[in-house]
Amino acid sequence: MCMDVALLVRIFPEVLLDGIILGFMYALIALGYTMVYGVLEFINFAHSEIFIVGAFVGVEILLGLKSVGLLDGLPWPIVLVLVLIAGMAASGLLAVTVERIAYRPLRNAPRLIPLISAIGISFFLQDLIRLVESLWRNAFNMVYPTIDVLNLRFELTETLDVSVKSLVVIVGAVLMLWALHLIVNRTKVGTAIRAVAEDQAAASLMGIDVNRIISLTFLIGGAMGGAAGVLFGVQYGLINPYSGFIPGLKAFTAAVLGGIGNIPGAMVGGLVLGLLEAFAASYLSLLTGGAFGAEYKDIFAFSVLILILIFRPKGLLGEVVRERA
Amino acid sequence: MLEVKSLDVAYGEIRALKGVELEVGRGEIVTILGNNGAGKTTTLKTISGLLHPTRGTITLEAEPLVGVPPHAIVSRGVAHVPEGRHIFNRLTVRENLTMGAYLRSDTGIATDLERVFALFPRLAERITQVAGTLSGGEQQMLAIGRALMANPRLLLLDEPSMGLAPVLVEQIFDTISDINRQGMTILLVEQNAAMALSIAHRGYVLETGSIALTGTAAELADNPEVRRAYLGE
Repeated sequence: MCMDVALLVRIFPEVLLDGIILGFMYALIALGYTMVYGVLEFINFAHSEIFIVGAFVGVEILLGLKSVGLLDGLPWPIVLVLVLIAGMAASGLLAVTVERIAYRPLRNAPRLIPLISAIGISFFLQDLIRLVESLWRNAFNMVYPTIDVLNLRFELTETLDVSVKSLVVIVGAVLMLWALHLIVNRTKVGTAIRAVAEDQAAASLMGIDVNRIISLTFLIGGAMGGAAGVLFGVQYGLINPYSGFIPGLKAFTAAVLGGIGNIPGAMVGGLVLGLLEAFAASYLSLLTGGAFGAEYKDIFAFSVLILILIFRPKGLLGEVVRERA
Repeated sequence: MLEVKSLDVAYGEIRALKGVELEVGRGEIVTILGNNGAGKTTTLKTISGLLHPTRGTITLEAEPLVGVPPHAIVSRGVAHVPEGRHIFNRLTVRENLTMGAYLRSDTGIATDLERVFALFPRLAERITQVAGTLSGGEQQMLAIGRALMANPRLLLLDEPSMGLAPVLVEQIFDTISDINRQGMTILLVEQNAAMALSIAHRGYVLETGSIALTGTAAELADNPEVRRAYLGE
């Protein structure tokens, strides 16, 4: 027993770090769900594929650079920024296109209809990625090419060493969330996004083109998802056309946990879920003497989620009351 | 300035407006009186583009407004203070006012902000406060101030007295009068007919979607029908 406690303490920093990385990933993806929900009260179930498209664009660019010998030729921060921007642009534009084609024509349809359309788009995108990659590479399971620097580790404490790539993921996610915060809370267009989320008719009476703001919301949410996709690829290495589904579902859960429609809520919800999952994965078997293994992490994380939602149905930061007269 | 001709508006099968004709001249306060459901709000919403007429024309300085989306109508110089205020509850007072000036990038914004604060000093005191925490009267001031920030040619006001204590109603109507004296053209929809007629130049009486009566404010205030039906005599 004493051994166990020592072990728990010893692995704590490492588990915390894993949870934070996972949490930031969920937070970035969750923003796409929550921002779109904020303006349209609609769950974009295709967002998990918008996210994974970012990862695929990232891997293609890295492979492209590698094939022309630039992957190690260019400084790695430039490579990363390039890949991030490309992934964000691709996912952002894809999200805008999906809204334009598959959701906007259904704006006045019963609420279930665009939801079904989103699920359809989700399947369509999965198989489109698979088709394109199969034709282009003859394979659809992709491995992120390694950039050696990213795998360097350095010791923070005796028990915790951190890889450069983990730091990159954390720093990248924090910068992204910070930029989003500035856009939404400090710019006129961000204020317009919040105004549209609250009252579309009143926003249009201010001269705000509501459709443009909705497109912009999809662009920003999609771009955040694309960035998460690239970071996901960098961190975990292996992707396939279907690997967006589970992280997407969890990010959606994180958005609900934080209070759907609430931007800081998505960030908090993502971190909470990521930490819960990491700690469950590492500690469950230790604490239960092996009765429950790491494979129970989702059950644990989602049980906590259900409990939180029973006592706070609007989510952790969901003080948002929609007043629609 | 504003001309509405043979305007028909329908909600599905229900015809809300039937051949409405009205005119607002530059510098006037024109009021539309009528009971609940007579079509007053529908008229304003159609002018500002939130509703689409099935027939008829609306022109502002001879430019047609029908078919123009609401945000573009704002850029033509029409600002609409909707019924129930519809301020952005989660935005601060300052952000609400910024949204009023959304389409503008001219240097007059700061001057107009000062003008709004001169009209409604309470808003200046509450500038950083979230709008949802304002009192009803303050919210109405914010709704009007926000519309003025668009620097409109024509101001549409829908029930500015709604839900306010009599003292506040008087204060708001005094301010509306002031705004008009500074040169603003105003189309005012109001249930409180006595208040509306006290500041308006002309008025229309809307009954079940059609104009039943029109005249100067004094004529309407003397009309026995109006006195009985809307002034509670």
